[in-house]
Amino acid sequence: MASKEAYITGVGQSEVGVRLPRHPLLLTVDAAKEAIAEAGLTFDQIDGVFSFPGKSHGYLAFSPVGTDEIIEALGIKSKWQMGGLEQPAQLSAIGMAAWAVKEGICRHVLCFRTVYEAGGMADPAQYMPARSETVSGASQWTSPFWATSAACWTAQYAARHVHKYGLTREQLGQIAVNGSKNAMLNPRARAITKEELTLDKYMDARMISTPLCLYDCDRFSDASTVVIVSAGDALDEIKCEPVRIAAMSGSVDRYSWDQVERPAAYDAGRDLWARTDYTPADVDTVQFYDGFAFLPITWLEGLGFCEIGEGGQFIEGGTRIARDGQLPLNTAGGQLGAGRLHGFGFAHEAVTQLRGRAGERQIPGDPRVAVATSGGGPLAAALLLTKD
Amino acid sequence: MNPPRPRPKLDQENTAFWTGGAQGHLNIVKCGDCGQYTHPPRLICRHCQSENIAPDAVTGTGVIDTFTVNHQPWAKGLEVPYVIARVALDSVPGVYLTTNIVNCPVDAVAFGDAVKVVFEEQDGVFYPLFEKVA
Repeated sequence: MASKEAYITGVGQSEVGVRLPRHPLLLTVDAAKEAIAEAGLTFDQIDGVFSFPGKSHGYLAFSPVGTDEIIEALGIKSKWQMGGLEQPAQLSAIGMAAWAVKEGICRHVLCFRTVYEAGGMADPAQYMPARSETVSGASQWTSPFWATSAACWTAQYAARHVHKYGLTREQLGQIAVNGSKNAMLNPRARAITKEELTLDKYMDARMISTPLCLYDCDRFSDASTVVIVSAGDALDEIKCEPVRIAAMSGSVDRYSWDQVERPAAYDAGRDLWARTDYTPADVDTVQFYDGFAFLPITWLEGLGFCEIGEGGQFIEGGTRIARDGQLPLNTAGGQLGAGRLHGFGFAHEAVTQLRGRAGERQIPGDPRVAVATSGGGPLAAALLLTKD
Repeated sequence: MNPPRPRPKLDQENTAFWTGGAQGHLNIVKCGDCGQYTHPPRLICRHCQSENIAPDAVTGTGVIDTFTVNHQPWAKGLEVPYVIARVALDSVPGVYLTTNIVNCPVDAVAFGDAVKVVFEEQDGVFYPLFEKVA
């Protein structure tokens, strides 16, 4: 029996740390237990397991746990499972789960993203990629020129904004400063943000790849985040306030960082609103992927919160994106403030805010509409989450 | 002394690009039917799906579309800073190359600068780098 709607009914997160001794499978179990407890479910009610990007056998630190291991460890009787890198972006695993419950294949799907990129460096033989003599695939077009990191690729988009639209470092710095302020109120971010970042300290930071400085780049961390997606006709089985996945969008026009004028966030942003009656004016909070500080600017512009090129002015001074501002951004700290949870943290925080469970960092009023995004460069996926 | 550049794994699709510098050629795949270019190189034209494609030696000139000055040494011994740029190739609409701008100080590089290819050889692979046109 197909259901018309998909809901997020539980979110959970493990401890977030740097070089955590706890095994990444156990971090995933921690997050899963918290999520099903919040939903009021038990593991025998879960009938699907979806993840991004699946177990990364060549580079375990990037994704150390597979859907099969979770099915086994939690005793789940799964009707469908999926883990794969070839999706629009991290949050598309949640999008796929929404399809599965709408199609009637599953009733409650456990979605997870586990990272062990800090801990993995302490055990390179097990967790880090083997040294390779050659580069192939997409990286052959960047690595040979020592454009080794996504920081260098993102920097070139950001540099064009500086040149063409006058984006300043003071404006860009508001993303990291705002993230740090919010992270100070997030108990799960304590290992990542120990003191508030001031704009002065930001301006003095060393450059990584102009215009991106050290604080514009997220930090490797160890953590797992779980999101439970349930069918609209299974809500009588849950014991918490459901959050509807009102719309979703993903976009990959070219699988390339350098053959396109702008990142895919612009296409995915436009498409999200084509699938809903909600508009940007209805949104109470945004949780935008900030693996690099420039990326939230692409989402602000792509989703139409401002015109293309005006993202820098939009965040100037930081008041508009603060918790008590017009459009609170990355209220848990984002990845810059709360660690590189790799996409799922944004869905977690959007749901937490909509349910009014964000504690000290809870935004005022009764938030009903949130946008969570993931991806950068050629990858983009967005979710519109509503309490309605 | 910089470490050796990461070496692309040569295959049927990319060999003409990475070895064309031996003849001084910057080779970009061109379609014999629709006349459009495909980059990164593929075995078919990405515009019309024709298999009638071949490497075309393009002018090797272009303009800087965007760039970054990289300060982070991503490998042991890598000398910084250096310029990573995206070059829009002249007469090759829609094709950009990520590359390095060499033979000038990093602060001499600007948006829109005219540049031309210079090849750097390393064990039979010819890396297309660019320098400013005087």
